[in-house]
Amino acid sequence: MKKDLISITDFSKEEYLRIMELAADFEKNPNQELLKGKVVASLFFEPSTRTRLSFETAINRLGGRIVGFADPDSSSATKGETLHDTIRMVSNYADIIVMRHPLEGAARYAAEVSSVPIINAGDGANQHPTQTLLDMYSILKTQGTLDDLNLFMVGDLKFGRTVHSLLQAMSVFENPIFNFIAPESLQMPRGFKHHLEERGIRYFEHEEFTDIISEADIIYMTRVQKERFSDPIEYEKVKDVYILNKAMLENTKPNVRVLHPLPRVNEIATDVDSSEKAYYFEQALNGVFTREAIISHVMNLK
Amino acid sequence: MEKNDMKKKLKLKVSAIKDGTVIDHIPAKSLFEVITILGLDTIENQITFGTNLESGKLGAKAIIKVSDKFFENDEINKIALIAPHAKLNIIRDYEVAEKKIVEIPQKITGIVKCFNPKCITNHEKITSCFSVINTSPVALKCRYCEKITAEDEIKML
Repeated sequence: MKKDLISITDFSKEEYLRIMELAADFEKNPNQELLKGKVVASLFFEPSTRTRLSFETAINRLGGRIVGFADPDSSSATKGETLHDTIRMVSNYADIIVMRHPLEGAARYAAEVSSVPIINAGDGANQHPTQTLLDMYSILKTQGTLDDLNLFMVGDLKFGRTVHSLLQAMSVFENPIFNFIAPESLQMPRGFKHHLEERGIRYFEHEEFTDIISEADIIYMTRVQKERFSDPIEYEKVKDVYILNKAMLENTKPNVRVLHPLPRVNEIATDVDSSEKAYYFEQALNGVFTREAIISHVMNLK
Repeated sequence: MEKNDMKKKLKLKVSAIKDGTVIDHIPAKSLFEVITILGLDTIENQITFGTNLESGKLGAKAIIKVSDKFFENDEINKIALIAPHAKLNIIRDYEVAEKKIVEIPQKITGIVKCFNPKCITNHEKITSCFSVINTSPVALKCRYCEKITAEDEIKML
């Protein structure tokens, strides 16, 4: 049976750990020609330069060749071709498909239609599992473990798919504690809190985090997007509460690291960049090793 | 004549079937949806139905009688979302041979629309598919977009 990566919950804890192990191996030796002679289709039905470049770097480092498109205007989708037909056709040409699509569930559907593995590089606001795995790898690298961690998630927790997936993934490890910091209108959805309650995992909700930040092992920042607020006054009230600056990190644990899926706008002040606790750019680099690991894993190359 | 016998006789006069299935306790407003979901609009069996009948439980109920048709459980359970109190009488030789109640199945395929407008199933010809994650109140998780359609958001296709 072919292996796909569509949703973070498709993988078991053992598979997460296997990906971490492979990522560490690729970090030591990024150029391994495991994809030599193979063709990877990179289908970006919506533009995402950062994710696409990270995948394409990973594929190049594995010695694979890339076909595909970087934005939907250059695909047959503009001629009205269905996703079904595009995937059926491309899966005849390529050995694996990396796909980004604006509609939710598109990746799962593509996996049903395709004869070759599909890696979901983001389907609307639903899943972005490779981001989650690179987040986990970044946590593992900086903390030395994925167990017993106090994870702070800050910003738009209602619509932010990265925090939803990270919550699901980290909840399989030992004794995590979650602190959710969000304005009332952007709180973590009920279903995800229920997921933690069912597993007996502790979580706390706050509207500010300045006074509790000293407890954090990981501070995962996300953007609070103005357009998510129906009331602009509500946005004005909360927007500055979630700006992390260097002074706020002074009394934090020495092991704490600040993560962000990027791009940031103003939720992390630029003075944080020089702090040894800032980790978001390294996190992006980890994405290349993690994606090499994911491709190798789903294609059984290692 | 005993009251019960009288009632039975009266009922039989109106709509007796020799062999088949009687689906009772359908909310009157859902009658035609039940007919569509079970595909009764396309089969050739003899079908009688009544609607806006008095019902203590439902206010107004509907009833469908299908001759020479015996449904599989998963077939009939499809109606559980819109007729959760439906009861089936299996009739053999004019007698009730068996009674069944509907149960919400674990998977709902092809009859419910995903409430998420950005779900791929609302944009391409894809059979919708949900796993039932809660039965009371009903909550359906879309196989594709993973969003939960709650009971008050359920729309039939």
